[in-house]
Amino acid sequence: MDKITVEKLDLFYGSFQALKEITLNIPANEITALIGPSGCGKSTLLKSLNRMNDLVEGCRIEGSIRLDREDIYGDMDVNLLRKRVGMVFQKPNPFPMSIYDNIAFGPRTHGIRSKAKLDNIVERSLRDAAIWDEVKDRLKKPALGMSGGQQQRLCIARALAVAPEVLLMDEPTSALDPISTAKVEELAMELKKQYTIVIVTHNMQQAVRISDKTAFFLLGEMIEFGETEKIFSMPENKKTEDYITGRFG
Amino acid sequence: MRTKFDEQLNILNKELITMGALCENAIGNSAKALVDGDSRMAESVWELAARIDQKEREIEAMCLKLLLQQQPVATDLRVVSSALKMITDMERIGKQSADIAEIVTLENIKNTDGTDDIHDMAVAAIKMVTDSIDAFVKKDAAAARAVAEYDDVVDGFFNKIKQMIIVHFSRPECDSEYAIDLLMIAKYLERIGDHAVNIANWVLFSITGNKEG
Ligand SMILES: Nc1ncnc2c1ncn2[C@@H]1O[C@H](COP(=O)(O)OP(=O)(O)OP(=O)(O)O)[C@@H](O)[C@H]1O
Ligand SMILES: [Mg+2]
Repeated sequence: MDKITVEKLDLFYGSFQALKEITLNIPANEITALIGPSGCGKSTLLKSLNRMNDLVEGCRIEGSIRLDREDIYGDMDVNLLRKRVGMVFQKPNPFPMSIYDNIAFGPRTHGIRSKAKLDNIVERSLRDAAIWDEVKDRLKKPALGMSGGQQQRLCIARALAVAPEVLLMDEPTSALDPISTAKVEELAMELKKQYTIVIVTHNMQQAVRISDKTAFFLLGEMIEFGETEKIFSMPENKKTEDYITGRFG
Repeated sequence: MRTKFDEQLNILNKELITMGALCENAIGNSAKALVDGDSRMAESVWELAARIDQKEREIEAMCLKLLLQQQPVATDLRVVSSALKMITDMERIGKQSADIAEIVTLENIKNTDGTDDIHDMAVAAIKMVTDSIDAFVKKDAAAARAVAEYDDVVDGFFNKIKQMIIVHFSRPECDSEYAIDLLMIAKYLERIGDHAVNIANWVLFSITGNKEG
C-alpha cells in the first residue's frame, strides 16, 4: 500500500525550479531512501512532504502530494499534517530544556496535560528510540548535555512522541560516529514496522543497508526509482550507475 | 575521481587473464602428456595446478580487499563478485588437469586409439576457457553466450569416446585399464568444459546482472 503519492510535482523557489515533474509512490511500512548529489533537491522534496516549504518565501508548487490519498496541499490542516508526518534533521536540534520536556513538548502542544499520560508517552517514545536506558535516570537534566548520538535519538523520540505515521529523516546520521549511526539505522529498521520512513542520505552503504526502495535525483529530476537491491546491483540508468559508483562528474 | 579503484580493477583483470592462461596451459599440457606419453609434461601440469591454486588465493585476497575498501556497487560489485566465483571454477580446472596428468603417469594408456579425439577435445576445452576470460575482459555478452553453446562440441567428443570404449570392451583383446583410464580422462575434460560454462555464466552476470544457465 502506498502511504504517500507524489504526482507531477514541480517546485519553484522564485524563478528557480528545484523539482521537476516528480512522480513517486512511497510505500507504507518501508524505508525509502533519497539519494543524489548536493543540490539535487532531496531536502526540498522531503520538506514538501510535510509542507515545511510553506515557510519559505517565494516557494511555489504544482502537482500533488497525497497522504493516504488525501491532498496535503488541499484542505488539510498543516499542524495536523506535521503531527502525522514528523521530521528529523541532519543536525540534532534538541530544545534548550530538559530531556523530559523535549519529549513532552509536542504532546503538550496537542493538549495533553495529564502527568501520568505524559510520563507514559515520554517513556514509550524514549524506549522506541532505543535511548531509554541511557537517560531514564536523568530525565530532568538538560538535553543539550547529551552526546551527539544521544541527541539525535532524542530528536527521533521527540518526533515519535506525537505518534506520527510517517518519519522524514534528512541525513540523520551524518554527524554521528559509527556506533551511534548503527543505533539509528537499527532503530529505523525497527520503526518501519509501525511507521513509513523516508530518509535522505549521502551514504550509499547506508541506503543499501536499511532502505527497501531508493530514488536517485539529479538536478531536480528523479532519474530512477526502484528496489534498493536492484538499484545498487544493476541500475537501469547510466546516470545512476555513474553516481553510485563514484564516476560522476 | 576513482583512479585508484579503476587501477585495482585493471590489475584484477590482468590477474584473471594470467590465471586463465595458466588453466589453458594446464589443460594443453595434460593432453600433450597423454598424446606423447610424456611423464615430464605430466609433472609440469602439477606445477601449473599449484600455481593456479596460488593465483586463486591471491585473486581472492584482492577481491576481498576491494570489497572492503571500495564497497563496490552496480557493475563494480558484479565484476568483483563474478571474479570471486570464476576463480573457483578455474581452480577446479587446474585440479582436473592435474588428475588427467596423474592418470597419464600410470602408463596404462599404451593404445593410441582415441588419443587424437582427446587432443581435439582438449583444444575445444581450452578455447572455451580462453573465450570466457576474453568475454569478461571485453565485457562481451554475446561471446560469453557462445561459450555455453560451444560446450556441445566438448560433449560431442565425450560421447564419441564413450561409444568407442563401449565397442572396445566388446572385443576379445579388450584392455580394460586402458579403456577405463581413457574414459576418465574424457570425463575430466567434459567437466572442464562445464567449468568453462560456469565461468561464462558469471561473465554474463557481471555484464547483464542476470544469472543464466
Ligand atoms: N530556500 C531556498 N531558496 C532558494 N533556493 C533554494 C532554497 N532551498 C534550496 N534551494 C535550492 O534548491 C536546490 C535543491 O536544494 P536542496 O536543499 O533540496 O538540495 P539537497 O539535494 O538536499 O542537497 P544537499 O545534499 O546538499 O543537502 C539547490 O539548488 C538549492 O540551492
Ligand atoms: Mg539536503
